[in-house]
Amino acid sequence: MDKFTVHQGVVIPLDRSNVDTDAIIPKQYLKSIKRSGFGVTLFDDWRYVKAGEPDMDHSKREINTDFVLNQSRYKSGSILLSRENFGCGSSREHAVWALTDYGIRVVIAPSYADIFFNNSFKNGLLPIVLEESIVDKLFSSVADETGYSLIVNLETQQVATHDGEHYHFEIDTFRKHSLLNGLDDIGLTLQHTASIRDYEAKRQQEAPWLFYEESEG
Amino acid sequence: MTGKTLYDKIWDAHVVREDASGSTLLYIDRHLVHEVTSPQAFEGLRLADRNLWRKASIVAVPDHNVPTTSEHRGNGTAGIDDPVAKLQIETLNDNCRDFKLTQFKIDDIRQGIVHVIGPEQGAILPGMTVVCGDSHTSTHGAFGALAHGIGTSEVEHVMATQCLIQKKMQNMQIVIKGSVAKGVTAKDIVLAIIGKIGTAGGTGYAIEFAGKGITDLSMEGRMTVCNMAIEAGARAGMIAVDQTTIDYVKGRPYSPKAEHWDTAVNQWQDLHSDSDAVFDQVISLNGAEIKPQVTWGTSPEMVLAIDKNVPDPSQEQDPVKRVAIEAALEYMGLEANQAMTDIRVDKVFIGSCTNSRIEDIREAAKLAKGAKVSSNILLAMVVPGSGLVKQQAEKEGLDKILIEAGFEWREPGCSMCLAMNADKLESGERCASTSNRNFEGRQGQGGRTHLVSPAMAVAAAIHGRFTDSRGEV
Ligand code: SF4
Repeated sequence: MDKFTVHQGVVIPLDRSNVDTDAIIPKQYLKSIKRSGFGVTLFDDWRYVKAGEPDMDHSKREINTDFVLNQSRYKSGSILLSRENFGCGSSREHAVWALTDYGIRVVIAPSYADIFFNNSFKNGLLPIVLEESIVDKLFSSVADETGYSLIVNLETQQVATHDGEHYHFEIDTFRKHSLLNGLDDIGLTLQHTASIRDYEAKRQQEAPWLFYEESEG
Repeated sequence: MTGKTLYDKIWDAHVVREDASGSTLLYIDRHLVHEVTSPQAFEGLRLADRNLWRKASIVAVPDHNVPTTSEHRGNGTAGIDDPVAKLQIETLNDNCRDFKLTQFKIDDIRQGIVHVIGPEQGAILPGMTVVCGDSHTSTHGAFGALAHGIGTSEVEHVMATQCLIQKKMQNMQIVIKGSVAKGVTAKDIVLAIIGKIGTAGGTGYAIEFAGKGITDLSMEGRMTVCNMAIEAGARAGMIAVDQTTIDYVKGRPYSPKAEHWDTAVNQWQDLHSDSDAVFDQVISLNGAEIKPQVTWGTSPEMVLAIDKNVPDPSQEQDPVKRVAIEAALEYMGLEANQAMTDIRVDKVFIGSCTNSRIEDIREAAKLAKGAKVSSNILLAMVVPGSGLVKQQAEKEGLDKILIEAGFEWREPGCSMCLAMNADKLESGERCASTSNRNFEGRQGQGGRTHLVSPAMAVAAAIHGRFTDSRGEV
């Protein structure tokens, strides 16, 4: 996983609450067996006029010019600003892969759905929770200024604006450490192999049916 | 010391280690795997040259992408027309072969929706921790288990380590006081709950459903309720173990063998919240007040009883909510204040991991018996949750009743719940669906989904519009 330390980027405003994972990446693209290539179909139903299929040349599709990702002022954006309960719906990590593949490194919203939130950290995408009133303020700043950008510092847990405002955000210590150092969770867990084996041995005594090798059927 | 909740008990029994920050390594007993969220995990294992920690914990099945028409089944993966879907299912076959995993393949009688087949095989037992790369894993909490959906990185993590890195959630209890009225189903109960607490109401919580309205339910009904805990924002929903749970589990292929049975049952007796347990939040609903529910909007919380009218955005004070109502009405093609019973339906879908078990099919057949699907319905389909559900229904003659009434009787799979296969809505079509998500485009781009119980779906099929199913029997 890539390290995340400081990120500066243009803000893309997606002024909706309950943005669900079906909207972030529609199901037809989940047939892929890869982890990459989802960026061009990020927000597919909103971004293009007609429904797409996985094997299409997406560069030839008619775009919905009203949608934020298609507006030139947000073209280089890498920080997505949205409303409450972002990422609700399915557990598909493809939603996070679509965002990162597109180039999004940070999402800012007042709240997230649990599974999406969790998936983000596994892929170096930083989901930041800021209060509703601050999110409101950011939406109006973005509207007022073309190319509006923010600086996100994970070490100090701050989002900074260009006119010197700083907003603090909370983050779990373990997740922060993993992101800052680009650590691999599986590698970390495997350092505790002995503890896992001990647990299993004890548990197998207590509840042997949890460790059957084969079903009866 | 105060008592423990059911969630606390299962959590405590699975802690492998905890670090100072509260980050916990939690042991996973059962891992269900399907074709959509697993290929990248297997690929990750291969790239890092890692093996599976405990193969026997895994049960794999293809369900999301499988065709449901009989001419496309019975021929293994060869019958799948869509080359991308086919590749994904073949990839699951290859991975299960290479890593030597148990898989119920597409032509196995035990194949079906992952959340239907797990319990059916007894692979979900009380007190277990259960994960799957699918948000509706919450279904399995019905067995007094801690079950939740995970992303693909976590699928890989569980495959390689048998553990998850977790932080404990908070405890919420939702009590359905008293019994529900006759003809009110588990689906109506859970939709009413979501209507009350909202789609983010359970975020950060493990929800325990309790009260007479819940304990009265069969295991099928309990699974329906827990299935939709995620639609209330909670990754995990659960219900205490009682005799209903134990009776269901007994004698299934994966359940404890005779020599372990009594010990198991003994341990399971403790799988309930202690009477002095403290929940971070308690919500209660009066069972008698719950009526058959229908969603009108594009989020499961946009739900009303059948005798209500579609909301009027001009009556909404909160500007953010007003905009959301307007957008939903626009997408759904509905007028403010329109009676729910005036909404005409184009298609009917009975299926999905919420409502495709034998009891759901029995309920549907009971209402469909001797009736006819209305002439304005373009398609009414019943998709059983597994090959075994289908077989049982056919043994009881339920398929004949449904076909006679004008329903299509399909092969098991996720089907039009998420429309990854050929079963989908055309733009503008309106569907009465027993599934769990009514998001924009969920059942096909531009498709309009109304979530209902199987009984309400059949009533809509017969009348061509929504109607109170309690008038039907
Ligand atoms: S039936 Fe629907 S909700 Fe259930 S696992 Fe399949 S796609 Fe997901």
